[in-house]
Amino acid sequence: MADAALNQSVDAKKRRFLITASGVVGGVGVVAAMVPFGVALMPSARAKAAGAPVEVEIGKVEPGQLITVEWRGKVCWVLNRTKPMLDSLPKLDSKLADPNSNVAQQPPYCKNEHRSIKDAMWIAIGLCTHLGCSPTFRPDIAPGDLGPDWLGGFFCPCHQSKFDLAGRVYKGMPAPTNLVIPPHKYLSDAKIVIGLGQDGKDS
Amino acid sequence: MEKLLNWIDARFPLTALWESQWGKYVAPKNFNFWYYFGSLATLVLVMQIVTGIFLTMSYKPDAAKAFDSVEYIMRDVEWGWLIRYMHSTGASAFFVVVYLHMFRGLMYGSYRKPRELLWILGCLIYLCLMGEAFFGYLLPWGQMSYWGAQVIVNLFSTVPYIGEGLGIWIRGDYTISDITLNRFFAYHVVALPLVLLGLVAAHLMALHEVGSNNPDGIEIKQQPKDPVTGLPLDGIYSHPYYTIKDIVGVVFFLVVFSIIMFFVPEMGGYFLEANNFIPANPLQTPEHIAPVWYFTPYYAMLRAVPSFLDSQFWGVLVMAVSAVIFFFLPWLDRGAVKSIRYRGTLYKSWLAAFVVSFLILGYLGVVPVTVWGQFPDGWPILGTADIATVVARVFTVVYFLFFLLMPWYTVRDKTKPVPERTT
Repeated sequence: MADAALNQSVDAKKRRFLITASGVVGGVGVVAAMVPFGVALMPSARAKAAGAPVEVEIGKVEPGQLITVEWRGKVCWVLNRTKPMLDSLPKLDSKLADPNSNVAQQPPYCKNEHRSIKDAMWIAIGLCTHLGCSPTFRPDIAPGDLGPDWLGGFFCPCHQSKFDLAGRVYKGMPAPTNLVIPPHKYLSDAKIVIGLGQDGKDS
Repeated sequence: MEKLLNWIDARFPLTALWESQWGKYVAPKNFNFWYYFGSLATLVLVMQIVTGIFLTMSYKPDAAKAFDSVEYIMRDVEWGWLIRYMHSTGASAFFVVVYLHMFRGLMYGSYRKPRELLWILGCLIYLCLMGEAFFGYLLPWGQMSYWGAQVIVNLFSTVPYIGEGLGIWIRGDYTISDITLNRFFAYHVVALPLVLLGLVAAHLMALHEVGSNNPDGIEIKQQPKDPVTGLPLDGIYSHPYYTIKDIVGVVFFLVVFSIIMFFVPEMGGYFLEANNFIPANPLQTPEHIAPVWYFTPYYAMLRAVPSFLDSQFWGVLVMAVSAVIFFFLPWLDRGAVKSIRYRGTLYKSWLAAFVVSFLILGYLGVVPVTVWGQFPDGWPILGTADIATVVARVFTVVYFLFFLLMPWYTVRDKTKPVPERTT
């Protein structure tokens, strides 16, 4: 029949090769054409520029006071801790998930008991390491809702993670790690820059 | 008129489409109340698209203007308040009818062979709908829009290794910003509606190919044909029979819908959350973040799972699996019968346990975990743990056991014989 005649004149092997070859070439082309669209979703040059370091005046932050600044659109805290606040830190070690800050949530120069360059002045990103809500500053001792053992710290309103006054997370919280300490350095006693570390690194 | 129709039919299969998709589609004659929700979902879809088109005419996807443009729609655009409330109430109504539609499928085994693909297409529609709801919720640029999006995008940031880059890729910025708002607008009004319409068309085509299930779980296509009509013994034409029935459902639905839309459009903070009437402020998290009600069962699971091995990815994984597990239902269920009417107590109990878990998790997802206080200090293991968290963990387990034990209990179940004819 016509089909049989057609089949005899067709080189099936050659046809299969041509279909495969053109399919592969076409597929590579489609994937290549998708790349610009995928990359277009990355931060634009303007968004990257807006992520530059910021300078913060900290000379007027009173002991016990917390100020909030913005870096890369993130909440950044500067907390001037009082002597009793600093004294509360070692008392909590047994209740914390990572009291010695072994997980690299801070630049190396802040891996110490206070998680800061200077003992009192603490700089941190005020976003919960669970899902990025901003925890509430709760310096009050033993409030009704947080229990009699509370020595002051931060409490996340979204999923109730608890952190101490150095941003170290309590055990058994939704948040897995301590709060992030951003790279920062002192330009003078009263001025810091956030986003650029004293080791020259920006992350 | 007939000449015009003939002219069209010779060039485009208009009559054939109408007859295969509805007019001459033969459906079982015993559809009950639960069979309203498919057509209602279609109605809500049309409503969301029409109101959505009108909203885009006045809305500005710009972080500096978005919040004000929504207020502008509410106050200054003629009938803008109605169109916006139709859209916002419609979003919740969509999930109400889809959840009831899915529950119908669970009760009557509508996912069973030969309707696996129909079920999978439905699950894809459900996922797509969740995406629509999530992207749309950012657009009013209120506090809950902003922080809700922050939480959900950060879910992706918990994926090991690629997480941080993935989060930046989704946002297009280091944080939720104008750039994120602009692209979510594009997803919400162009990308996902196209996908959704395609999936709905495929869902309907698959349905009209395999035929509808029914409350008895009887395959009418296997029945002998009626000698007079040539239809299966328990089959009737969708038109006019189910056209008329569905109109009753539509009228009743629109009455309820209108009452909610006109008198309680915020539904006490469940449809439109109080915090979302405050413009987005990246530097201040609201005291209590809860998603809109239709996501709360998953949200409750998310926060019930503790972090493990320095990662909170596990909660995200549990949440993702809890939605994706629906896809596997056709192969998990090995029961001898489809419909709950002929199932034994085992399946009925498990389905009841599943529904109770879903509702309790839904409730726990809207309240803070401290809602029921803590276990007393002295208790072993449970001491000082939040009661609500422990309860959420228990019901998360029940939710999953409904699926994971299904191959076992559906086989063990004492089923009743299925009759030849529908009842």
